[in-house]
Amino acid sequence: MSTRTFVKLAVSLALSGAMAQAGAQETIRIGGLATLDGPFAVLGQEAFRAMELAFEEAGNEVAGKKIEWVKESSDGRPDVALTKARKLIEQDKVDILIGPVSGGEGLAVKEYAKSVPGRTFVNGFSAAQETTLVSPASNFFRFSPDGAQWQAGLGNYVYDDKGYRKVAVVSGDYSFGYTQVLGFMTEFCAKGGTVPEKIWVPNGTKDFSSAIARIPEDVDAVYVMLGGADAVNFLSQYYQTGSDTPLVAGSNTVEQTVLSTKGPFQRRLEGIPSAHMVAAGLEDDAYKSYVETYRKRFPDGLNAPSAPYYGYYVATKAVLTALEEVDGDLSGDQAKFQEALAKVKLDTAFGPVELDENRQAIANIYVTEVARDDEGVLYNRMVKKVSAVNQVLGQDRAEFTARGVPSRDFPDCP
Amino acid sequence: MPGTAPGSSNAPGRARVWIWLAVAAGLLVYPLLVPDFWVVSVGAQAIVLGVVTLSLTFLAAYGGMVSLAQMATAGVAAYTLAVLSSHSANAGAHLLPWPLTLLLGMLAGILAGLIIGAVAVRSRGIYLLMSTLAIAMIFYYLAQQNTTVLHGFDGIRGVAVPSILGVSLREPRVFYYLCLFIGIAAYLLVVHLVRTPFGLVLQGARDDELRMRSLGYRVTLHQVAAFGVAGFLASLGGILNLWYQGGISPGSIGMTSTVGILIMAVIGGLKHPRGAFIGALAYVLIQSFAVDVVGAHRFNTLVGCVFLAIVMLSPDGLAGMWRGLHTRKASAKAAPASTSS
Repeated sequence: MSTRTFVKLAVSLALSGAMAQAGAQETIRIGGLATLDGPFAVLGQEAFRAMELAFEEAGNEVAGKKIEWVKESSDGRPDVALTKARKLIEQDKVDILIGPVSGGEGLAVKEYAKSVPGRTFVNGFSAAQETTLVSPASNFFRFSPDGAQWQAGLGNYVYDDKGYRKVAVVSGDYSFGYTQVLGFMTEFCAKGGTVPEKIWVPNGTKDFSSAIARIPEDVDAVYVMLGGADAVNFLSQYYQTGSDTPLVAGSNTVEQTVLSTKGPFQRRLEGIPSAHMVAAGLEDDAYKSYVETYRKRFPDGLNAPSAPYYGYYVATKAVLTALEEVDGDLSGDQAKFQEALAKVKLDTAFGPVELDENRQAIANIYVTEVARDDEGVLYNRMVKKVSAVNQVLGQDRAEFTARGVPSRDFPDCP
Repeated sequence: MPGTAPGSSNAPGRARVWIWLAVAAGLLVYPLLVPDFWVVSVGAQAIVLGVVTLSLTFLAAYGGMVSLAQMATAGVAAYTLAVLSSHSANAGAHLLPWPLTLLLGMLAGILAGLIIGAVAVRSRGIYLLMSTLAIAMIFYYLAQQNTTVLHGFDGIRGVAVPSILGVSLREPRVFYYLCLFIGIAAYLLVVHLVRTPFGLVLQGARDDELRMRSLGYRVTLHQVAAFGVAGFLASLGGILNLWYQGGISPGSIGMTSTVGILIMAVIGGLKHPRGAFIGALAYVLIQSFAVDVVGAHRFNTLVGCVFLAIVMLSPDGLAGMWRGLHTRKASAKAAPASTSS
């Protein structure tokens, strides 16, 4: 490197640093971190749609201050999310960061949040239980339920209404999978159901034949927790092998993006029970206008707003609400703002949302069944609503946390 | 002079000294002039990735062996250190004093380098590339599927970073200077090593293996040892990366990261060790600022275009491009290393 090039580089570096520090408090900078790359790219698109709409609805202003929105993209890997979060906070100087999308990313960002107490982090869609349950960060807020909460009501529903007593589990071998299985088994095992076999498959598995072969013959149903392309592959191969044991689905297994994937497996999906923080086809005005707005604003979007869209939308709304309340005052290391944010209560299309003492959402969960609408499009029809589900699933907090984080072997009821 | 580094041109000696002094001074005062982001996320990260890339450049430039297992080797060291340190899954248990865990991590990395070398040096060119890629993927899937020790897909988080005299190595500027020190030491090690008899045998074997064998050199042994050296370098980078990230997960040693190291090496130039750092810096800058130029979801497109442009315009990377612009004498000899894959 020549001396001249080096001087040029140094000057431009110094300038860019100075520029970032300039634009002080007449604007509020909000960072958006989502995945526009990798396996969760579709989810990331939905996430940014949600933020865009929420800002537009506020007129790109809050408490008289202009909102400046800085977007960053990760690819679903925790270390990339961490690098991008650092960039947003340290280089782009955002006051508030909304994101990320996936569980591992959420854990990494939460750890990072602890080192920058003067900024506020609001979770987008990541749903690992640990993030807010075990050593939470005081400046990390999550306005959507976690993966275990998402399964509330499902265990009871398949035991009582479907009459299943013995269920095998096939799930992705990572923290989100463990979390969802815990959510399902907590109720199902408490009712007296058994889970004789849990089959853990690595993310990104293409060939599920060995997993399918290991499913015991005498079970009443198979609980499947796989996401995206993995779900599509599993479902296709499951029906190709001629299996007719009914399925119970984790939140992502029959998510709208999977239901919209073309393939012969689509014909077999009707009636599969699942549970999530969102559902489709609610007979409710708030819900109807939520869907209507989405379709009008994003004609090239999905058939209906997805779960990540909802997660980011609620997060952005909560931030804007709290900012209005403190009149855009982010002074004193954002203490006033964070206090207001912890107390925010929202009325969403899916019912009221508020936070517990760990800044984790308490919200409604919907037990659903895959159904076909008049136009032949598959969607998750609500069959049951479970109101105000909290992170410890209605149990004693001390007992719940003492049992430890979910893993391959916990919970267990063979 | 067959023994010197293949990329070193005979620029006037004094000018070169001044350039090096300016670069060194720049690197030293750099963190005092810029905000934290530029210190850690650009500066330190570029050096950390540069050290891992250096291990590949060393093997490729002087041994003629393009190994794709360098990120995996870095991963072995980092995983070993992470497992033995206190992390979030073992609730802060202190198993061993940190200098000892550091040593064990380094030893594991070197050992992994030697074992990979012992397997890989039996083949050449594209076959060596493929066999090292296979080894890297084996380790990636092992890390992803082993839940008892390596904690599977989620990896090991919250790894404790040691403090020396009450100063945490994670302090931005402390970490930068640590990386800088190790980066320079690693660079000097490579530059020195290639002038020793060991390095000369390696280069001889690169150019004409049969002749070196008939002269009585134990070529295989030298090449395996070169993998050991590369393992040492990669381990340094791997451990710094572990401290930078505060943890490690299989994503850090997966396909994207593995290919990332190769891209850095090629962008920077595979002919000279300095290319490793230049390539890593370019990669980190593109990664950080692609979003401002081409939008968030076009990062890989941009990296791909830059990569293509460099491979086509200057097969010797950015380091070579600079030299090509400033010295009229284009290098007459064809490039020794196989750069494309």
